[in-house]
Amino acid sequence: MEFIYLIFILMLAIVAGFELISKVPATLHTPLMSGSNAISGITLVGALISAGSANETVTIILGTLAVTFATINVVGGYLVTDRMLAMFKKKKEGEDKS
Amino acid sequence: MNIDQLINLVYILAALLFIIGVKKLSSPQTARQGNGLSSLGMLLAVVATLWHQDIIGYEWIIVGLLAGAVIGTISARVVKMTAMPEMVALFNGSGGIASLLVGWSVYHVGSSLIPSTTIPIILSVLIGGVTFTGSLIAWAKLSEVIDGKPHIFKGQHILNVLILLILLAAGIFLVIKPVGMFWGTDLSMYWIFILLVLVSGILGVLMVIPIGGADMPVVISLLNSFSGLAAAAAGFVISNNVLIVSGALVGASGIILTQIMSKAMNRSLGNILFSGFGSVVSSEGSSEQGDVKPITVEDAYLILEAARSVVIIPGYGMAVAQAQHVVRELAELMEKNGTEVNFAIHPVAGRMPGHMNVLLAEANVDYDKLREMDDINPTMPTVDVAIVIGANDVVNPAAREDQSSPIYGMPIINADYARTVFVLKRSMRPGFAGIENPLFFKENTRMLFGDAKHSIQGLVAEFKS
Repeated sequence: MEFIYLIFILMLAIVAGFELISKVPATLHTPLMSGSNAISGITLVGALISAGSANETVTIILGTLAVTFATINVVGGYLVTDRMLAMFKKKKEGEDKS
Repeated sequence: MNIDQLINLVYILAALLFIIGVKKLSSPQTARQGNGLSSLGMLLAVVATLWHQDIIGYEWIIVGLLAGAVIGTISARVVKMTAMPEMVALFNGSGGIASLLVGWSVYHVGSSLIPSTTIPIILSVLIGGVTFTGSLIAWAKLSEVIDGKPHIFKGQHILNVLILLILLAAGIFLVIKPVGMFWGTDLSMYWIFILLVLVSGILGVLMVIPIGGADMPVVISLLNSFSGLAAAAAGFVISNNVLIVSGALVGASGIILTQIMSKAMNRSLGNILFSGFGSVVSSEGSSEQGDVKPITVEDAYLILEAARSVVIIPGYGMAVAQAQHVVRELAELMEKNGTEVNFAIHPVAGRMPGHMNVLLAEANVDYDKLREMDDINPTMPTVDVAIVIGANDVVNPAAREDQSSPIYGMPIINADYARTVFVLKRSMRPGFAGIENPLFFKENTRMLFGDAKHSIQGLVAEFKS
């Protein structure tokens, strides 16, 4: 039953994803990529559980590496996206966009 | 309420923040805030997970978090905007291998390997592995560690089929019998699993290696989608809804971008992945070429000085020449001179979706001036001068006129409709896709040979004097 419930969540999320992302303008496609890429680093949650529950060499290595790589993905992804988005600003203040 | 329910509530909140974050990306004004909300969601999810009942020790978690945070922060800080496609490819790859490792570690523990767990494990290893090695190859091609040409060899398709068959067989074996001996042999099922890991990696290499550099926007988008799907698969492995929601969001985003990119190249995804573009281009059609008409910086200045409207069409060459800052300076000088200046951005200009927009934003160009292809094309016949900087295929009229051209049917920016076209180019060498460009020989085209940055610096100096 839980499997079915997870599939249900997957379907809803896919629909929401398509709706939201098709509204992102072309000019923001690179930040969209790096930002969504950072979201995919959510694997970190799984990695933390793996690393934290590990009690033998192989699982410790696998878990710790997974945490490291996922953290690179998350931290790097969000920071670089923020750096890019900070550059997208309107130049002439006080001038309404027509 | 027990701790497990509380953690799951936080996960729902995190998923909600991701969704709101993506929604705020629909406008440049709110985008940065959206990214902040999304990262807050991530922080909440991570902190909540630390209370998970299965976690018994924190020392390795801390090691991994610190190492990852340091590497991530440094790379995000030092990367140049022109190298953004490479960086995204690498981040993508680390997400992929993280999903693979999560799947592997759950398999290694080996408890309750029923099909509803083993199938997601196999998927997270497979997709994660392909994402990892595929991204590494994409990175190598983008940073020119290996050359960007499509690499095609005999029997490649047979090898691919063979690999898919191995993966399929290994997957089926592992679902039926996840652990123990391989049906009466000395071979442990664990080796079948290792085989699955290795072959997934090989598949990623084989998938990206035949794809040419000009097709990289599609590949990056697709790998982006894969990294999301890998995370969603890992979510099924550990029955975690926040992984599934986020993975699906990212998967959808990658697929949409892939579609946009394929459409902008007028090719199907299958064609891009399997045809090895650029390798089949024949050298026919050279008969219709005329003479090219070079122009000096001084003469170009005189024409620009008199122009009322100018459209600048940037391509990957602008990024290579690092010319975005002088381009902005030139645009400002022309505007001061009373000229209307716009930038026309083709969806596949550069090496990733939106690549040119980021570079021009870095150079302080107002995003309102960055116009999309469909938006600018109807106005092209009224434009006095179109300046093509390091773009080639995206302004190639052969896509419109020459049915034998490999890019026939691809939507282009109609630079040739402008009264005068300046093409900034180093030499007459054909562009990335290796296709002749009749634009260079048109009556209204003037070639401004030389390094794009130097040529524009020359124009800027003329305007200032």
